[in-house]
Amino acid sequence: MSIDLSTVPQQIVNGVTLGGMYALIALGYTLVYGILLMINFAHSEMFMAGAYFGLLFLNILSKVAFFTSSTIGFILLYVIVFLLAMTCTGILGMLTERFAYRPLRHAPRLAPLISAIGVSLFLQNAALLWISSRSIPFPVLFPVKNYRIAGANVSTLQILIVVSTILLLIGLDTFISKTKIGKAMRATSQDRDAAGLMGVNINSVIALTFFIGPALGGAAGMFSGMYYGNIKYNMGFIPGIKSFTAAVIGGIGNLRGAMLGGFILGFIEAIAAGFLSSGYKDVIAFLILILVLIFRPGGLLGESVVEKV
Amino acid sequence: MLKVENLHTFYGQIEALKGITVNVEQGEIVTLIGANGAGKSTTLKTISGQLTPQKGSITFEGEDVTGLEAHVVTGKGIIQVPEGRHIFPRMSVEENLEMGAFLRKDDEIKDDIAMVYDLFPRLKERRLQKGGTLSGGEQQMLATGRGLMARPKLLMLDEPSMGLAPVIVDVIFDTIVRINKEGMTILLVEQNAAMALQVADRGYVLETGSIALEGGGKELLHNEQVRKTYLGEV
Ligand SMILES: Nc1ncnc2c1ncn2[C@@H]1O[C@H](COP(=O)(O)OP(=O)(O)OP(=O)(O)O)[C@@H](O)[C@H]1O
Ligand SMILES: [Mg+2]
Repeated sequence: MSIDLSTVPQQIVNGVTLGGMYALIALGYTLVYGILLMINFAHSEMFMAGAYFGLLFLNILSKVAFFTSSTIGFILLYVIVFLLAMTCTGILGMLTERFAYRPLRHAPRLAPLISAIGVSLFLQNAALLWISSRSIPFPVLFPVKNYRIAGANVSTLQILIVVSTILLLIGLDTFISKTKIGKAMRATSQDRDAAGLMGVNINSVIALTFFIGPALGGAAGMFSGMYYGNIKYNMGFIPGIKSFTAAVIGGIGNLRGAMLGGFILGFIEAIAAGFLSSGYKDVIAFLILILVLIFRPGGLLGESVVEKV
Repeated sequence: MLKVENLHTFYGQIEALKGITVNVEQGEIVTLIGANGAGKSTTLKTISGQLTPQKGSITFEGEDVTGLEAHVVTGKGIIQVPEGRHIFPRMSVEENLEMGAFLRKDDEIKDDIAMVYDLFPRLKERRLQKGGTLSGGEQQMLATGRGLMARPKLLMLDEPSMGLAPVIVDVIFDTIVRINKEGMTILLVEQNAAMALQVADRGYVLETGSIALEGGGKELLHNEQVRKTYLGEV
C-alpha cells in the first residue's frame, strides 16, 4: 500500500460533502432525543421521503418553461423544490409524532422505540409498493461544471450542496440559540415540566421538533439524490445508522455535537476510502464510535454541566 | 381570588388528595403545612395544571380553571415555583429569567430583570453563569426570581427554604414578605412551619391528603397540636 498525499484535497472535498449530509440527518436524531429521550428509528425514512418529495416536485415544476430557461430560473426552481420537499417531509414527521409516538408518551420507554421501527418499516414498504422496488434516477437539471481547486475536482453540484448545507446548519443554530421559540425548545429539552410552568406549550414544541428534524433530514435526502444520481426505497438505512453514530459521537442531545460528529464521520470515511479502500470506511467509522464511547461516553460535546438535584 | 373545592387527585390507584378545600384572597399570604407526603406539592401541581384532579374544582378570579394544561394556567397568572427549583441547567441565569417572562409581550422585561437583580444581587454577579452551576441557595433565588418575571397574580412557592442555610432562608423569607407588601398574593408550601406561620395571614394543615386544621397564621402558631406535631415541641 502506497500513501499518495496528492489525493488529500479531493478527500477533504468529498468529506465535507458527505459530512454535511450526515450532520443534517444527525440533527434530527439529536433534536428528538433532546426533547423526548427517544431514538427516532423512523428518521432514516425521513431522509428517503425527502428525496422522493424532491423528485416529485422537480418533475412537476421543471415542466414550467420559465424555470429551465435561465440561470435565475434554475436557482428559483431548486429553491422552491427544496422548500416544498422540506415542508412535506416536516409534515410527515409531525404526522408520525402525532399518531405513532404521542399516544405512547406515558408508556414504558420501549414502546415508542418499537413504534418507531414500525413507522420505519411502514414508510419503506409504502415507497416500495406504491412507487418502485428499484432505484429511480434523480436528474440534475442544470448544467454541471467542474472546477479544479487546490488539486481537487469540485463540481457546481458539490458547491450547491455544501453551501446549502452550511446555510441550513447556521440557520438552525441561530434559530435555536436566538429566537424565543428556539429558547422554548431548549428549555423543554432541559426540563420539560419547568418549561410548561413558564407557559411553553409542550405539545407544540414537540410537534415543531418533529417538523424541523425531518425537514433537515429530507433536505439531506435530496442532496443525496442529486449527488449520487438515484434514489431507492431503502436508501435511508445506511446513512441513518451513520448519522445516528455521528450524533452519538458528538454527544446525543447536543446540536453542535451532531454537526461536529457528522463532519468528523464524513472526513474519516473519505480519508479511509482514499488511503485504505472504500470497504474499510464503515469499519473505521464504527471503530471511532466505539473509541469515543469508551473514552468519552457522553460524546465529544456531551453535557459538561452536571444537573443538581 | 383562588377557590379550591373538594379536590381529589390520584397517582394511579393512590389517592393523594382526598377532598381538599382551600381559599386564597387577594393580597394574602396563605401557607400549607404538613408532614412529608401529606399532599402539599400535589395540591400545588393540581392547581397549576401539572396534574388533573379526578373530582373537585379550581376557580381563579371567578373563572373555572380545573383541568387546564399547565401553560394555559400560567397564562392566567397562576405561577408555581416548583419544589426542587427546576432551573434550566444549561441556560444562563439571565436566560432563565427571560424564560420566566415567556408569555409576556410588553417591553418592560428588561426592567423586571433589573428588579430581580435588586432583590437578589447575588444573581446579578452570576448573570452569565449556567443555571446548573449555581449553589442550591442561588438556584432558589433564581427560581423565585424567574417566577416573579411572569408578573404573577398568584405566586405559589413550593418549599422555598428546602436545604438552605439559615441566612439564605432569611433572605428568601424577607423577599416573600417584601413582595407581598407590594401587593403580590402568595400561596406558600413549607416544611419549616414556624417560619411559614409567622409570615402567613392564614394557614392550612394537611394530613395524608386532607385538611386537618385551618386558621390564622398566629392562631395556628399557638395551637397546641400544631406545636407538638410540626414545631417539634414536647
Ligand atoms: N409521581 C407520583 N407517583 C405516585 N405517588 C406519588 C407521586 N408523587 C407523589 N406521590 C405520593 O402522593 C403523596 C403526596 O405527595 P406530595 O409530593 O404531594 O407530598 P408533600 O406534602 O409535598 O411532601 P414533601 O413535604 O415531602 O414534599 C405521597 O404519598 C407520595 O408518595
Ligand atoms: Mg412536596
